[in-house]
Amino acid sequence: MKSKLMTALLGLAVAALAGGAASAQTLQTVKERGMLRCGVNTGLPGFASQNDQGQWQGLDVDYCKAVAAAIFGDPSKVQYSPLSAVQRFPALQNNEIDMLARNTTWTMDRDTTLGLKFAGVNYYDGQGFMVKKELNVNSALELSGATVCVQSGTTTELNLADYFRTNKMDYNPVVIEAQSDVNSAYDSGRCDVLTTDASGLAASRLELSNPDDNVILPEIISKEPLGPAVRQGDDQWFNIVKWTHYALLDAEELGVTQANVDEMKSSENPEIRRLLGQDKDFGSAIGLPKDWAVNVIKAVGNYGEIFERNIGVNTPLKIQRGQNALWTKGGLQYGMPIR
Amino acid sequence: MSVETETIPRRLGGSSILTNPTIRGIVIQVGLILSLVAFTWWIVTNTARNLAEANIASGFGFLWSRAGFDIAITPIAYTSNDTYGHALVVGIVNTLIISAAGIAFATMLGFVVGIGRLSGNFLIRMLSTVYVEIFRNIPPLLVILFWYFGVLSVLGAPRGLAENVFGVYLTNRGLQVPAVIFSFLAWASLAAFVVGIVATIVIARRNRARQLATGERKPLLWTAVALIVGLPILAFLVTGLPATLEFPTANRFNLAGGIQIRPEFISLWLALSIYTGAFIAEIVRAGIMSVSKGQNEAASALGLTRGQALRLVVVPQAFRVIIPPLTSQYLNLTKNSSLGLAVGYPELVAVGSTVLNQSGQSIEVVCIWMLVYLTISLSVSFFMNWFNAKMALVER
Repeated sequence: MKSKLMTALLGLAVAALAGGAASAQTLQTVKERGMLRCGVNTGLPGFASQNDQGQWQGLDVDYCKAVAAAIFGDPSKVQYSPLSAVQRFPALQNNEIDMLARNTTWTMDRDTTLGLKFAGVNYYDGQGFMVKKELNVNSALELSGATVCVQSGTTTELNLADYFRTNKMDYNPVVIEAQSDVNSAYDSGRCDVLTTDASGLAASRLELSNPDDNVILPEIISKEPLGPAVRQGDDQWFNIVKWTHYALLDAEELGVTQANVDEMKSSENPEIRRLLGQDKDFGSAIGLPKDWAVNVIKAVGNYGEIFERNIGVNTPLKIQRGQNALWTKGGLQYGMPIR
Repeated sequence: MSVETETIPRRLGGSSILTNPTIRGIVIQVGLILSLVAFTWWIVTNTARNLAEANIASGFGFLWSRAGFDIAITPIAYTSNDTYGHALVVGIVNTLIISAAGIAFATMLGFVVGIGRLSGNFLIRMLSTVYVEIFRNIPPLLVILFWYFGVLSVLGAPRGLAENVFGVYLTNRGLQVPAVIFSFLAWASLAAFVVGIVATIVIARRNRARQLATGERKPLLWTAVALIVGLPILAFLVTGLPATLEFPTANRFNLAGGIQIRPEFISLWLALSIYTGAFIAEIVRAGIMSVSKGQNEAASALGLTRGQALRLVVVPQAFRVIIPPLTSQYLNLTKNSSLGLAVGYPELVAVGSTVLNQSGQSIEVVCIWMLVYLTISLSVSFFMNWFNAKMALVER
């Protein structure tokens, strides 16, 4: 909380004292530093959290690694900045990080007035509710009069207000800044309901004292397209993050995996050859080496592999692909063609 | 080594403008002000230009757009359809409420414990010392979290609670008490209350004039109690009890109805009061000890009772030592109320950081924070200085 104030004050100082913006050279700066600075969640299992050895892992973390691999050919050249919901945008605006991969919802306001650009959607999410089983609640429409725990400064907080107002229901909000404190307030019985993105609920449930005593209600009350974001004003950098995302999707669609990427280089399929930089050099157009996509896939695998490794049905989160399946399998994930 | 004792005569009205101290002083002052203005102007325009170049919207126009989020404690009317500006005002009011409540309780606690530390009773003295030494040395945030997560959230849930006849429930949702709902005739009681206070003041003045003239003292206490408490009760009875009690009742999730005091408020209020109270206790002790023993002895030699000596001789002198540091503690408490953010008490910083994040206007919100805290602090300071001047020794 102190640090949040410090971030804001720092932003004030940076904006006040900095000379003219020299923002169009992010790639150059990152290369000179030899490190990608990536803003991630402070701790959301499956998306960004530290394991026993203090290593970062998760879907968002793999996006940081993918971009680092595209630039350096080495996914370990990432410096992670864990950020709260309130800290994340000032950190990106003030050049403290190069990209933000922190389960952040893409909205028009953020895309326009905050000086940000979203590079794609790496997880299609929606807001849901979790309640204790003993309450016998079957639908979110039965929640009138309930006390609801929610994290401050999120789109979640706004959707919650809209949902209860449009359905003419009352509620008592308990608004806390850190998601971990929100979870423990719910766990201790301060609230009847915990609300956040459905993926976040699945992750939060794992941290409760008795995960099985809690049930996630069927209603999804909002669209929460989560994705990585960069600063406005540097098209090259924006393209690097955007096309890294598409390369991950295209790789899944074409069946290129972490394991077979080297043998796929000799594939006859022209789409695979273009993706892996075998015929034409697409990398130079975004300031990267010819085999940038090979490095990305070698480092983290394709989108499907990232998904299954971090949040899929074989992980504790047990999330189905659903909307995040490829468009060829009835989902929304659609990689633009590399050609 | 010899010591220079003679003073160097100061040259007055020097021959040149350059050496004239008055003119030189004015030139330096004007130069300083001009460079300050130039610096501020540079900061503001530079900030605006940098924000514009980064495509970040700036300005205070966002205060008039729809907030869209709800606030848990709304002492003034607010819904998510109101504006960011309105939300910030709710935050300011909550800050003022917690500060006022905290200052009141901390002062009471501080005076009791401060006097307790000077008590002749060993147990009282030791308890007071232990309290001061413990709470003065723990960061206030820990005390807040202790009350919130350690005490209030381990209380029972409101579901399946045994009903009690008083309608007072302490659960993990806070303290729920019956609400008194007055009907129109209750205005008579309020009027009686005001009349009682005015009458008491009039009688007190007359007694004082009488004492100055004749030296005879008339006790006021019971008259005052009868006027201020008795009169409204009488009016209330005569008008036929124009009020009803609304008891809290359990619904599916919570207790509804009555007055709810939320645990966020309770934990912040207790923590701030107990923390600041420890400092105030020390200030009070120092103030009382600063009055020399001779004052007490002189008072008893004049025939004043112990109570009179304390009230008329010791306390007024102690107050002069107490008030200036007390002001600092009041300011500290007000500023520490921003720790409410940690437990979700919607004071100015908590609401402001939500506004900051939803609107993205960080620089503007930080400016508003600073301006509001500066205003509150200067007002408290101004009032305490006035009070201090009033209590100061008037020398004739």
